[in-house]
Amino acid sequence: MAIEVRIPTILRNYTDGAKAVDAKGATLAELIGDLEARHPGLKERLVDDAGLRRFVNVYLNDEDVRFLGGLGTPVADGDTVTVLPAVAGGAR
Amino acid sequence: MSGPFGSFPGMLTISRELVDAIVAHARADHPDEACGVVAGPEGSDRPERFIQMDNAERSPTFYRFDSHEQFRVWRDMDDRDEVPVVIYHSHTATEAYPSRTDISYASEPDTHYVLVSTAYDEPQFRSYRIVDGVVTEEDVKIVEAYG
Repeated sequence: MAIEVRIPTILRNYTDGAKAVDAKGATLAELIGDLEARHPGLKERLVDDAGLRRFVNVYLNDEDVRFLGGLGTPVADGDTVTVLPAVAGGAR
Repeated sequence: MSGPFGSFPGMLTISRELVDAIVAHARADHPDEACGVVAGPEGSDRPERFIQMDNAERSPTFYRFDSHEQFRVWRDMDDRDEVPVVIYHSHTATEAYPSRTDISYASEPDTHYVLVSTAYDEPQFRSYRIVDGVVTEEDVKIVEAYG
């Protein structure tokens, strides 16, 4: 068993168009590392030196990981991780 | 992209009822920015289901979808085979043109980014494609009903 990662349209060029892919790891950081091994280039779109990029939201099941433990959030087989582009902007 | 419904690329076709709903939301939240989505069937390019979103920033110069609300709305769209045909937000003191921040966040190449300005007596309602940082304004065709 593995963890299902749901990929938004904008990042499916890294997954050969797949809407969802499997990955493994004990924490979100490990999961993203495994994703990178399977789908090179994806990691850079999700994280930078400071942690999760502000342009993406990452959810463990239905909770935003920013309200959990960020990249250190534990993940387990059977969980679903969802990536969505953040929708934001402003007058400036 | 143009689905079977869209007249041709470079145009947003949208019902008057939806335009009125978007403008009413922008006016109600003025002077804060208002934001939301109009969902439609995948591949149709037809905006149908109006979804008013919270501006988590509650700010006159910035907007951000609340991440939990966005998760629920995106999951609903997934379940219904819908996509965000329109993503709208308002500018309350400046014209209805995408800002640098708007452009940096825009990530849906098939979405019509609608900007409403409530800065003037008459509201501005304009639509754009934003792909790889390039902004292209498109015509807005307002119809009484979809054919």
